[in-house]
Amino acid sequence: MKVSMSCLTRAARMAAAMIVTLALPFGQAASAAEPLSAIGKGEGALNIVAWEGYAQDDWVKPFEAKTGCKVNRKYAGSSDEMVALMRSGGGGQYDLVSASGDATLRLIYGHNVQPINIALIPAWTNFIPALQGPSFNTVKGVHYGVSYEWGPNTLLYNTQKVTPAPTSWSVIYDEANKGKITVPDNPIQIADAALYLSKTTPSLGITDPYELTQPQMDAVVVLLKKQRPLIRKYWALASDEIDLFRNGDATLGAAWPYQTNTLQAAKVPVADTLPTEGVTGWADTWMVSAKSPHPNCAYEWINYVTTPYVQAQQAIYFGETPANTLACAEMDKQQAGSCKQYHADAGASYFDQIHFWKTPLKACGNGQDNCLDYGAWQRAWQEIKG
Amino acid sequence: MPVSASLTGLLWRRPALRVAALISLPAVWFVLFYLAALAAMFISSFHTVDELSGEIQPGWTLDNFRQLLGDWTYGRIALRTIGIAAAVTLTDGLLAWPFAYVMARYAGPRLRPALMALVMLPLWSSYLARVYAWRLILAHDGALNWLLHGLGLPAASIGYSNWAMWIVFTYLWLPFMILPLFASLERIPPSLLEASSDLGAAGWRTFRRVIVPLAMPGLVAGSIFTFSLTLGDYITPLLVGGPGSDFIGNVVYANVGVSNNIPFAAAFAVLPLLVMAGYLLIARKLGAFDAL
Amino acid sequence: MRFDLARTLLWASVVAILAFLFVPVAIIMVYAFSASNIQGWPIQSFTLQWFARTFADDEVRSALWLSIEVAVVATALAMLMGLLAALAVYRIRGAASEAIAFAIVLPIALPGILTGMALNSYFVLWGINLSFTTIVIGHATFCTVIVYNNVIARLRRLPPSWAEASADLGAGPWRTFRLITLPMLSSALGAGALLAFALSFDEVIVTTFTAGAQTTLPLWIFGAIRLGQHLPEVNVVVCVVILLTIVPVLLAQRLMGRAALLHK
Repeated sequence: MKVSMSCLTRAARMAAAMIVTLALPFGQAASAAEPLSAIGKGEGALNIVAWEGYAQDDWVKPFEAKTGCKVNRKYAGSSDEMVALMRSGGGGQYDLVSASGDATLRLIYGHNVQPINIALIPAWTNFIPALQGPSFNTVKGVHYGVSYEWGPNTLLYNTQKVTPAPTSWSVIYDEANKGKITVPDNPIQIADAALYLSKTTPSLGITDPYELTQPQMDAVVVLLKKQRPLIRKYWALASDEIDLFRNGDATLGAAWPYQTNTLQAAKVPVADTLPTEGVTGWADTWMVSAKSPHPNCAYEWINYVTTPYVQAQQAIYFGETPANTLACAEMDKQQAGSCKQYHADAGASYFDQIHFWKTPLKACGNGQDNCLDYGAWQRAWQEIKG
Repeated sequence: MPVSASLTGLLWRRPALRVAALISLPAVWFVLFYLAALAAMFISSFHTVDELSGEIQPGWTLDNFRQLLGDWTYGRIALRTIGIAAAVTLTDGLLAWPFAYVMARYAGPRLRPALMALVMLPLWSSYLARVYAWRLILAHDGALNWLLHGLGLPAASIGYSNWAMWIVFTYLWLPFMILPLFASLERIPPSLLEASSDLGAAGWRTFRRVIVPLAMPGLVAGSIFTFSLTLGDYITPLLVGGPGSDFIGNVVYANVGVSNNIPFAAAFAVLPLLVMAGYLLIARKLGAFDAL
Repeated sequence: MRFDLARTLLWASVVAILAFLFVPVAIIMVYAFSASNIQGWPIQSFTLQWFARTFADDEVRSALWLSIEVAVVATALAMLMGLLAALAVYRIRGAASEAIAFAIVLPIALPGILTGMALNSYFVLWGINLSFTTIVIGHATFCTVIVYNNVIARLRRLPPSWAEASADLGAGPWRTFRLITLPMLSSALGAGALLAFALSFDEVIVTTFTAGAQTTLPLWIFGAIRLGQHLPEVNVVVCVVILLTIVPVLLAQRLMGRAALLHK
């Protein structure tokens, strides 16, 4: 049964032409949304992108019952991943993101998030002043998000296998701990090494761990490349680090308080500490997508999670500090002494000690223009790991 | 009725039309949704991305390829990926033989479907959960070391390493090697083997001279799966890999799902595309397409 | 005697390979009963609470439903396209048939991350929102080859004389197809559909790129794994899925085994 060849060749040629036509791009303009003027009826659903531990049933379930907005959670383990998720599919997939300070500006300048009508968020007036209009979520007086919680990146260690208790980041660069160390698989981790070097090698002149010139970056890369053979695994998921400590693969690591709390709850002998060189940290912001399909539910969520009660729940659960000052009393009610433990009473002085994550830019803080931008950080990180 | 009857009649008389009618739906689907998408990806590898806003800048540039070729990091990652994929394919090829052979030659009519079902069953239990289970087996205080300790043997330190990836990949894709190999072994007529031994060939000789060549298409077909599934994975390296375990897939994922640099990811993805295209061409020569 | 030794060794390796295949599955099942929410070896204490919690979890339920829906629709599409493509390719020879076969094999032969990424950027290009439909498009594309392979293999083994006899007896092509060809293809179609369903049901890599805010079961499992908080729930889900599928899979194998015997 022979079919005429010329007919098939013609069909093949047509198919090829169609493939190429379909593959050529055409532009699509992004629209800027106006902020909501009043919170209307909920849309019945809410899609959020959150850090691991930021959307726990403890407060998601009551929220769903109260507002009728069914929460759809997607977890992300790095700021980069959050930005990518908010941009995925042309945006409009997700309503809300719990972005850290190193993602917020990228989302604002990428027109991925919409301005917030702060008058609709009553709890905002009780925020610590530093988080009412911080530069990482408020541009030219326009609020692009509502601050949530903040905290430090800690040094986690196994209390039985690491004695005496470490006080310096030097342990994670120490040959003696080869194969027992884990650090986050995240380019922003470069800042941790830069902070360490700014104290141990002052001659490099690092003043801000997020503003690095090429020679400074070179020195950081040398340190991190020396660290690489000591690493058991670069953790990408919170559970990576939990398993590494639970099953004895790692005894030292850079961590979030979330891992410490989870491990301690499972009776694993671990503790964390803020080393003397100082720490990096995060200050997170709930931001609403520019193309949010459920904006009313998004505002309902922001209002719900900024109430003192939920702020306290989140703070205790993750081990961080709430933005709402009224949460302190609530924290002590939920777990005695937790307000002091998580510094909710410490205010500005403690806040200033943490070097919060921010997006590295070409422009250094001092007016110079010779710093490395985030693209260079990502390439450096790939080179370190590779 | 007359219309449909005349249409059927037309299709019956004109075989070319009949084939065209049959193929039209799959053809449109594959052109529209798949081949065009691949072409779009290939085209986008010549674009760049604005780093702050994340928007793709159209235009034609070789920057992405230059960056890939200029940095030995990516070469190492590519070699590691291809090397482990080859090792996994080889291991699965070896492991699949006894199993497929027993299934095709020795297993009775009752045992054979049971063995078949047992090979298929792991495919129904989440791939992610199985990879995760291996983490517990290979961890420092995991099941393997517990067993070794119980036997008085020294502990193995293979958790979170390339060895772990090799084991887990071999495990994951083994059924994909066993099934096509079994299918081609099953097709060998027993009379042929009898003829071979009647002609005085010993068991090993029959195996090498008759069975292996006839099973080759099935083996190659299986190897397409094991090789390509390993080549394109990024979750197993993420879960069980160590500090130097990034695959091409991890770099691609990091650039799509993390830094949103689709052009760069697309440029790197051209490599597995070329490798698989070459592999498929060789596989076609070996007749594997009929055995898939 | 030597021959028997070879045979014993072969059977021993079959048992060893089965153990290799099933040890991780066994671990998953056992850890569904672990009291601790993070996994360590060996299990310290046992509980049934995760079953109750998982059954009460509507997120798990909706993810499971979504996965079943996706798999059903994708398998149906794959059966249709695989069957049509196989019937077409069976009727032609030469470059055209090879090109079609190549295009159909491509989605499974190319690494999943390529398919996923290509589809993702393609949908974005056309301004198509990621949704249930985009997940199905991805799955149907790589499932088609499974059905196609099964059907074409069966077609090539069928004696053409049957269809010819039917035509000689005056049956039209559609009637011949319906009464002769289709019944003879049914077990191949069934086997292909079963495998396609399994493939779609457990797919992560392509789905990661083609799903928006939708959570299929594997995506939910990945979320639970990365959170590291409710791992036994993952194990419970996997246990339940295995138990639900073990019967149909066994039955299908028996049926197909019987069909194969009948052919001989």
